[in-house]
Amino acid sequence: MSYLPNTDAERAKMLAAIGVNNIKDLFVHIPQEVQDAADFSSLTDSLDDMTLQRKLISMSSNAADLNSNACFLGAGIYDHYIPPVVGAVCNRSEFYTAYTPYQPEVSQGVLQSIYEFQSLITRLTGMDVSNASMYDGATALAEAVIMSCDLTKRRTVVLPANLHPSLRSVVETYLEPLGISIRTAAQNPVTGLTEIDTLTEDDACIVLQQPNFHGVIEDLGAAVAAAKLVGAQTVVSVDPMSLGILETPGALGVDIVVGEGQGLGCFPAFGGPLLGLFACKKEYIRRIPGRIVGGSVDTSGRRAYTMTLRTREQDIRRDTATSNICTNQALFALAATVYLSVMGTQGFKQASTLCLQKSHYLAARLADAGLPQRFSGPFFKEFVITCPAPVVDINKALLEKKMIGGLPLPDAPNDMLVCVTEQRTKEELDSFVDVLASFVKGEVA
Amino acid sequence: MSTEPTIFEKSRSGRVGVQMPACDVPVVDMDSLLPGVALRTGLPLPELSEGDVMRHFLRISQKNYCVDKGFYPLGSCTMKYNPKINDVAVQMPGFARVHPFQPEETVQGTLQILFDMQNWLSAILGMDAVSLQPAAGAHGELLGLMLIRAYHVSRGDAHRNLVLVPTAAHGTNPASAARCGYKTVPITTDDRGLTCIDDLKRQIAACGDNLAGMMLTNPNTVGLFEEDICLICELVHAAGGQMYCDGANMNALVGTARPGDMGFDVMHVNLHKTFSVPHGGGGPGSGPVGIKAHLAPFLPVPVVVKDDAGVYRLNYDLPQTIGKVGPYYGAYLAVVRAWAYIAHFGKQNIHMISEDAVLNANYLRVALGRTLDIAYDRICMHEAVFSLKNLKAETGIKALEVAKRIIDYGYHPPTMYFPLIVPECLMIEPTETESLETIDAFIVAMEKIIAECHTDPETVKSAPHTAPVGRIDEATAARNLDLSWPLEA
Repeated sequence: MSYLPNTDAERAKMLAAIGVNNIKDLFVHIPQEVQDAADFSSLTDSLDDMTLQRKLISMSSNAADLNSNACFLGAGIYDHYIPPVVGAVCNRSEFYTAYTPYQPEVSQGVLQSIYEFQSLITRLTGMDVSNASMYDGATALAEAVIMSCDLTKRRTVVLPANLHPSLRSVVETYLEPLGISIRTAAQNPVTGLTEIDTLTEDDACIVLQQPNFHGVIEDLGAAVAAAKLVGAQTVVSVDPMSLGILETPGALGVDIVVGEGQGLGCFPAFGGPLLGLFACKKEYIRRIPGRIVGGSVDTSGRRAYTMTLRTREQDIRRDTATSNICTNQALFALAATVYLSVMGTQGFKQASTLCLQKSHYLAARLADAGLPQRFSGPFFKEFVITCPAPVVDINKALLEKKMIGGLPLPDAPNDMLVCVTEQRTKEELDSFVDVLASFVKGEVA
Repeated sequence: MSTEPTIFEKSRSGRVGVQMPACDVPVVDMDSLLPGVALRTGLPLPELSEGDVMRHFLRISQKNYCVDKGFYPLGSCTMKYNPKINDVAVQMPGFARVHPFQPEETVQGTLQILFDMQNWLSAILGMDAVSLQPAAGAHGELLGLMLIRAYHVSRGDAHRNLVLVPTAAHGTNPASAARCGYKTVPITTDDRGLTCIDDLKRQIAACGDNLAGMMLTNPNTVGLFEEDICLICELVHAAGGQMYCDGANMNALVGTARPGDMGFDVMHVNLHKTFSVPHGGGGPGSGPVGIKAHLAPFLPVPVVVKDDAGVYRLNYDLPQTIGKVGPYYGAYLAVVRAWAYIAHFGKQNIHMISEDAVLNANYLRVALGRTLDIAYDRICMHEAVFSLKNLKAETGIKALEVAKRIIDYGYHPPTMYFPLIVPECLMIEPTETESLETIDAFIVAMEKIIAECHTDPETVKSAPHTAPVGRIDEATAARNLDLSWPLEA
C-alpha cells in the first residue's frame, strides 16, 4: 500500500523487537467477540491510483458546476472571484499539513497568518477584536447569542423573521438544550426590513442579518438605538463582501459581529468547509469562544506570536469553558487573509461595487420585463422577484442555457431570490432576463 | 530566521494585487442606488502587488513545521501523511465549484460522495446511520449528546442530565456536555490505566435515574484499549444511560474492530485524524457522527438517500429531527478526501491502517521504554504514553523542556501534559505512515536528549535553539493584549 512504508520483513522485525509473534497479539485486549463481529464487506473494493482518479473525475463530471454554468444562486454561499494566489498559498504543505500551533516556536507561519486575519476582520467590520475563526457563519451566530446571554444574564433572544432559514435552524438547535427562548421580530412586508420596536428588558440581544435573507440592507443604527434603550445587545450576521461599501457595524455601535467568510477566497464547495467570522467590542474579550492569537516576543526580544487568553478554552477550563470549540478553520482563515491582502483596498471595493451595480442593472431590466421586486428596501447583491411560474420550472429553462437560477423561497414557490456577484457579465445578465421574460410572455408552457 | 513584517507594514498606498474588470453595465450613482444607507468612508486593507503578497506568505509559511517535512508524533492528533490524490480531488469542479442549493438533479455525482460516506462510515464504525454535518470533533460530540438528549426527552426522561466523563478525557467532552445543558460526573482511572469499574459502579448508583449517559474515548487517552468495554456498556445501559464514544483514537481500530460492536450507541470520528484529511494548521476538520437505529429519528436534516430510481436526494422529512448543527451538509471537501482515502484501501486492505499504526506505536513503546518510563507498561494501541516524573526528580528538567529540545533534532514535539493524570507526560503517536528508520532515528534522538539532561542540562532547558524563534513570553502576551495590527494614525 503506497501510504504505508512498512515491508513484511520490517513488520516481522518489529514484532520480534516487541516480543510477540503475530500482529493479532497486539490486539489481545479487544474482546474476541467484538473482533469477530467486525464486518467490512459493504465497503468498496480497494482502488488502484489510476482507477481512483478516473472514478473521482467521473463523479465530479456528473454535476452542473459553476465553471460551466453562470450562477445566480446565493443565499449564503457565493460565487465570488478567487485570485489564483489564494490557492498557491493555501496549497503549500507548510500551511495545510501543519497542526494547531500548540508549539509556537515551530508554528509562526500559522500564528502570524491568524494574527493578520484577526487584524483584517477588525478593519473590515470596524470592531475592536476578532477571534481566529469559527466553523461557519451559522454556528458563529449561535455562539454569539449564547455569549450575549452570558454577558447580559438574560435568557431571551430576538431573531428576525428574515433570518436565513439554515442559520435560524442552527441557532434554534444550539439554544434548545440551554433553555434560552427565542422571539421573532416581524418583517415589514413592503420594505423587507425588520421591525425592531418590540424589544423588552428580558431580551439579551436582537439579531440582524446584514443584508437580510431577502437581500435587503437593514438599518443597524436603528437596531442599536432600540437595543440600548432596554439594555440589550445588537448581534449582526454580516456578508463581509457588503463591507466594501456599507458603513462598518462597529461604527454603528453593534456589539458582536459574526458572518460567513466563504466569499473571501473559499470555494462554494457544496457548502463546506466554511469560515465563521467572530468579532466584538474589546470589553467582551474574555468571554469570546474559540482561539485567539496575540503578538509577543521571544527570549531574544524578537517579535513572535502565540495563542493567548487560553484559560477560556475547553482543554483548560473543561465544563466551564466559553465554548466547546477546539478546531477552528485556520486554513480558510488563511485563504481569507490572502484574499483580502491581494484584493486590497481597491480590488475589494471594486468587487463590492460590481456586485452592487450589476445586481441593480439586472433588477431594473427584470422590472422592465414585467418581473417586479417583492421588497422596496435597498439591496446589495441579492433581491427577490415574483415570477409568473414556479421557480423550479424556470430554473430548468435556465439550466438549458447554462445558468443556475436563484433560490425558490421556502414560503413562496414563485418567488426567486436572485444573486449577482462581480463574476456575472452583462451578456449573462441579459440572457437571464431573456429566459425569464419568455415566461412573462407565456412563451413557455 | 529573520522576522517577517506584517502584511500591513509591507503595504504601500496605490499598489494593486488584482486586475478587476471594468463595469460592463451602465454605472449608476451610488447615492441613488442606496438612498439613505450609511456608507463607509475608508477601507484600510493592505495594498500590495500580487508578487509581494505571494512572497510574504511563502516567507511566513517557512516558519512552520509540517507533516510533509517530517515526523510529527503528536499524540491524540494522528498526524498521518495526507495523500496528494486527495488534493487533486478537492479541486475538481463537481466538488469544489457547486452550490449547496443547486437542484438535486444537477449534483448527482456530488451527492454520491455523501451517500457512499454515510454507508462506508456506518460499516467502519459498526453503526446503523451517520450524519456528516458536524464540522469538527467537538462539534460531533455536541451533536451526539443532543441526540442522546432528544432520545431521553422522547421517552419522557427529560430529567436525565448527568454524564459520566473520565478525568483523563479530552477537555472537549465536559465542555460539549455543558453546551448540551448536562452536568458531568468524573470517573477515575485505575492502576491499569483503564476506567475504574468500582468507581463507575458507585457513580452510576449515585446518579440514579438522572444518568443520561457516559462519554468514553476508546482506545482511551493513555492509548490503551478499555478491555472492560462490554461490561461498561452493560452497566450504563442497565441504568438507562446511553454510551458515547469519543472516536478521536479511531485510527487504532479502523478495519479491525468497531465501536458499534462494543455496545456504543453513538460516536464521532475525526476525518482529519483517522481518514487523512490534512489538519490545515488547525482546521477545517470534520466530525461525522455514527448512531444506532434507535437514535436515527433524531438525526439532523438533511440525510442523503437514494430513491427507487437510483437518484440521490436530500431528505428533510424527519419529523423528530433535532434540527441542524451546521448550515448545509458538513465539511464537504473533507468528506471527499476521506472518500478517496477509504477507496484507496478498500475492504481488502483497510485493516492495515490500524495494524501498522498499532505496530509502530508498540515498537516505539518498547524501544523508547529502555530510556523513558512508560506510564502504563502494557501493550498499547496507536500511541505510547511516557512519564518524565523521574527524569524531572533527577535532573530538574521538565517534559516541556525535553519537548522543546526535540525541535532542535528536526522533529515536531509530541503532545505534552495530556492526559492530566500522567505527571510530566509525553504522548507519542507515530501513525502507520512512518517508516521503521524514521522511528529508529527519533528514538536515537530521544536517547541523546535524555543523556543531555544529565550532561548538559542548560542546553535542554534553553531549547529550542534552531527554531525560527526561541521560547515565547506567553505571560506578556496575555497581559498586554496585542490581538491586531494597529491602524495608522
